[in-house]
Amino acid sequence: MVDKKSIILLCLVAIIAIAPLIMYGGLGEDEGYFGGADGAAGDAIEEIGYQPWFNSIWEPPSGEIESLFFSLQAAIGAIIIGYVFGYYQGQDKERKRQEGE
Amino acid sequence: MHIMEGFLPWQWCLFWYMVAIPVVAYGVIQIKKITNEHPESKPLLAVSGAFVFVLSSLKLPSVTGSCSHPTGNGLGAVLFGPAVASVLGAIVLVFQALLLAHGGLTTLGANIFSMGIVGPLAAWLIYKGVIRVGWSSSMGIFLAAVAGNWLTYVTTATQLSLAFPLPTFGEAFVKFMLIFAYTQIPLAIAEGLLTVVIFDYILKLRPDILEKLKVITPQDKNLEEAV
Repeated sequence: MVDKKSIILLCLVAIIAIAPLIMYGGLGEDEGYFGGADGAAGDAIEEIGYQPWFNSIWEPPSGEIESLFFSLQAAIGAIIIGYVFGYYQGQDKERKRQEGE
Repeated sequence: MHIMEGFLPWQWCLFWYMVAIPVVAYGVIQIKKITNEHPESKPLLAVSGAFVFVLSSLKLPSVTGSCSHPTGNGLGAVLFGPAVASVLGAIVLVFQALLLAHGGLTTLGANIFSMGIVGPLAAWLIYKGVIRVGWSSSMGIFLAAVAGNWLTYVTTATQLSLAFPLPTFGEAFVKFMLIFAYTQIPLAIAEGLLTVVIFDYILKLRPDILEKLKVITPQDKNLEEAV
């Protein structure tokens, strides 16, 4: 059972995420769009002449590997949420069935 | 909100570690206490941690034309208190520092302070305040998650301005706020909405656990059933 409120809220989230893609349609990283805010802050600090004194002990060697770990992170989270909510849903169904008897 | 590896002078790294470690340690004690008292809350603890994992991996575009990500710290803070949310935040930040080169080990203390301490603390206080004035728990969790997300980024901007007050703290703050805080407003709202969806689902299926954790009062539960 999916209620309307959740669907409306999820649609709003989708709109918030898609709106910038339409606003800046056709622009990409080369034009300075859709870069990360973390990186932008790093650049701003380097501009004032600061040199980072320590580098990451390990960096993903390419964008592909980086996306591998990001997907892994999301997958770990998603499977836990799905498992627990599925379990709760089943419990709820069983409880209602017993109450009905 | 990730301050990149090596991008804080070592004195500041040390300082933020010293602030963050006691809170995370207290959070671990809290987790033990809560799971001993209410073992049935363990799955929700897992969900709260998993929620941080999912949300902080979603880099979303913002209307300012740059990308940033939600933090997911509001849910854990409201359900289990800010110290527990610090532990959850710390786990994700270590994962990202080691495997993704996002954030870093030297800046870990500072990043835990913003995403794991200030954000959750604000979320928790706002939720309690909203419930006290009698608004609905959905409204409470929405405002809590928005604040948790946004203040995480305001904290990062503050930390960077403190470490690099060039030419002055004020001007540096404006510069870093422009980078982080404006980008973050729509994403904070998106995070608020997502947190409401998850929270409503928990409220529908297991209001009994929420009641034990004192997130809702029995009256709320009856109200929810009446709706």
